[in-house]
Amino acid sequence: MSDAERPTDDSGDEFEPIEVFPEAGETDLRPGADDCYKCSTCDTECPVAEVDDEFPGPKFQGPEQWRLKRQDDHDIDESVMKCSNCMRCDSACPSDVPLSQMHNTARAEYVEENMSKLSREYWRNRMLANYRRLAPLGAMFPRTANFVTGLSATQWLGEKLFGIAGEREFPEFATETFREWWTARGGAQVENPDKRIAYFHGCYSNYNTPEVAKALVRVYEHFGYEIMVPDQDCSGTPMFANGMLEDARRAAETNVRELAAAIEDGADIVASCSSCSMSLRQEYPELFDFEDTEAVAENTWDAVEYLRVHEDLEAELEGTSVGEEFDDFAYHAPCHARNQGLDGQTVELLAAIDGVEAHDVGDSCSGISGTYGWKEENYETSMEIGAEMFDHMDEADAEAGLTECPTCSMQMEHGTGYEITHTLEVLAAALVGDGTGTNATGARAE
Amino acid sequence: MAIEDDVLVVGGGLAGATAALAAAERDVRVRLVSHKESTLRHASGLIDVLGYTPTGEGPLADPFSALADLPEGHPYERVGAEAVRDALAFFDEIAGEAYAGAHTDANALVPTHGGTVKPTARYPTATAAGLASDDRDALLVGFATLPDFEAPLAAAHLEAAGVPFDARGVTVRFPGIERDDAKVTRYAHLLDRDEPVETAAGESTARAALVETVRSRLEGESRVGFPAILGDDSADAVRADLADRLGVDVFEVPMGPPSLPGLRLEDLLFDALSDAGVRVTTGVPVVDYETGADGAGSSGPARIDRVTVDRNGSEVPHSADQYILATGGLVGKGVQSDRERVSEPVFDCHVPHPADRYDWFVDDVFGDQPYARFGLPVDRDLRPLDADDALEFANLRAAGAVLGGYDFAAEKSGSGVSLATGYVAGRRAAEGCR
Repeated sequence: MSDAERPTDDSGDEFEPIEVFPEAGETDLRPGADDCYKCSTCDTECPVAEVDDEFPGPKFQGPEQWRLKRQDDHDIDESVMKCSNCMRCDSACPSDVPLSQMHNTARAEYVEENMSKLSREYWRNRMLANYRRLAPLGAMFPRTANFVTGLSATQWLGEKLFGIAGEREFPEFATETFREWWTARGGAQVENPDKRIAYFHGCYSNYNTPEVAKALVRVYEHFGYEIMVPDQDCSGTPMFANGMLEDARRAAETNVRELAAAIEDGADIVASCSSCSMSLRQEYPELFDFEDTEAVAENTWDAVEYLRVHEDLEAELEGTSVGEEFDDFAYHAPCHARNQGLDGQTVELLAAIDGVEAHDVGDSCSGISGTYGWKEENYETSMEIGAEMFDHMDEADAEAGLTECPTCSMQMEHGTGYEITHTLEVLAAALVGDGTGTNATGARAE
Repeated sequence: MAIEDDVLVVGGGLAGATAALAAAERDVRVRLVSHKESTLRHASGLIDVLGYTPTGEGPLADPFSALADLPEGHPYERVGAEAVRDALAFFDEIAGEAYAGAHTDANALVPTHGGTVKPTARYPTATAAGLASDDRDALLVGFATLPDFEAPLAAAHLEAAGVPFDARGVTVRFPGIERDDAKVTRYAHLLDRDEPVETAAGESTARAALVETVRSRLEGESRVGFPAILGDDSADAVRADLADRLGVDVFEVPMGPPSLPGLRLEDLLFDALSDAGVRVTTGVPVVDYETGADGAGSSGPARIDRVTVDRNGSEVPHSADQYILATGGLVGKGVQSDRERVSEPVFDCHVPHPADRYDWFVDDVFGDQPYARFGLPVDRDLRPLDADDALEFANLRAAGAVLGGYDFAAEKSGSGVSLATGYVAGRRAAEGCR
């Protein structure tokens, strides 16, 4: 008999049942807490607990804190803010406990109820989480923004005023965003009612690395896909990580609505950032219940994985080359890609291309985890977590880095000085050349 | 289209990794798909073959002498004693310097964190200086913040078990660890990187401070045992460094979950998979399968055509010629139970069990538990059998704890069965590729 069924008081006439199920509308985390059999496998996967003495690990943050919270006199422990949301505990748990879902809800509750809305930390986190709101300003005046953010005075101010790690260099804004480029070229160059994708480019490849987004367009048009670029907001990843669940909810509502409409038009969703696809696939259904949330999750793919399943990508890459453009890479699989079963994909596919190889640098976390490593108080932890990856990058037989996550990419560059490329850029180079003189109508460049 | 390989292994523990490595010896393309972290993280890292007979006789001095008498249906009986030897030799080659024990057929006796003695065929080199057959006196060192290993109690238990040496246990504070629930990976990390720590005597490094803490506790013992947290990536260097500075042999006592020796074994296996060119996909489960057209309607067993891997909602098809199921037992969730039945969740293979669930267990907790033997029955080729002893599928083999007919916890045969059946399943699958 479970606790939920056992009568607790049979002496009095009035039976008062214990409240074990949450109010309607709340996420029911009890089954997850009950599934934990305390093997602590999650704790051995946690990159933060390994280097930070003050972090009690995912088992505490998830099922144990949830149980403590059943008592009215317990607040969420502030250490939940030290969780980097790498989500490695999710794929560690042999018992399917939804650890990151528990962390996300606990973090949101902590921020809502225990963090001062007037504190520097709150506003710093809010700003980092809402990068999507600030980026358009930078993108409007990219040269000025890059100049200002590149100033050491700005970095000093960032640290003193906002608690942003002064060691970090702000990412550069592109002089032309992906969406500006897309509009200028007249949108989709291929029409195909049978092969249609909606591209969730996310913030970073729009404002900072449009070359990644353009590579995706070249690769997909090469395979004859009609590409839709629906309106979209931030995926929510940085908001989850900062406990800004209401901000995330607003963004998710827009995304689910727009992407569900694209699905209605016959498209599947693809994302080039592994955290964006993770968010749409896993965090949305775990945290929100908009109409079509599930449909969007089920029809969202990693951009490379999609081609692998829907085209014979490997055969297509066989015998192609990238010439002088790229050499061997030290490849890091982002945690959020590992959680989607994408860990071996890049290494496998690049093996088919002549003249370039991806050397896997192991399964350690890069340590930056989105906004986490940007915070002054986390910088040291972030670099200590990253140390293993930096060592392995140094040991790998390559002078450049490769990954699919924008912030892992920043960390890889920061720790090694290597130039970092996105896998789609390599695929574009192999399949359609470097983009100069490319036939953008979908004809094969053979 | 499906992602195609020749052999697809479902499960990434000791059995799955061994199967993939054995298959990769042939000229076939092998993929391993693993959902969650395997039960290697729960495992001691010891490679036991058979410590006790199914009727409880033991500890056995020579596991091989007892293999011939195992009951029909036991995994070792299915594959035969030669295969057990071949699989161990295969493991020895993969493990290289990391494991010891290959010099003899006899079981080694390894002290456990509870102070019992476990018979095992192979053991991590880190454990070698701690064997209970060694007559040198031993000091066991536990840490106040790591209650899983109570050194004085373990030492007392060892002496009570009749080991041929004096064992003494002390509890000290681990330099650099303050919190009561620091993770084992934190201890290992401090030693791996030899990080700076604060001590009463001032600034030091983790290894130097630990050595100073232990040195004053030594009373002439020539070997010192620590709980198995002495480093992860650089465990050999950590141990050698501590031994060198202390001037005595240093060994690790295998621990319960979460276990660093298990983690290190997992790393060793996955490095070997990478070197062997096995393609690895982790973090996602196989949730469904389809049989091919040639299976339907014909009289023979069905052939699995493809399996479906669930990637956070979207379904990715994988196809192969041969499949190996190595998803673990009740703990690893390769075998599941609810109030109605016991089942195998991926291919829904037959799992024999009494209809009444009150017959699944006996009241004596440490008694002869029927549930411990739940798992798949297989033919001598390790292909799962249905309720009528016919093949479930023509191209599926099973290995490791998903198999039934043995109680690995009571027999101390978990790793050996995973190795032997993984090895045989992998080889046969590769040979069977069309």
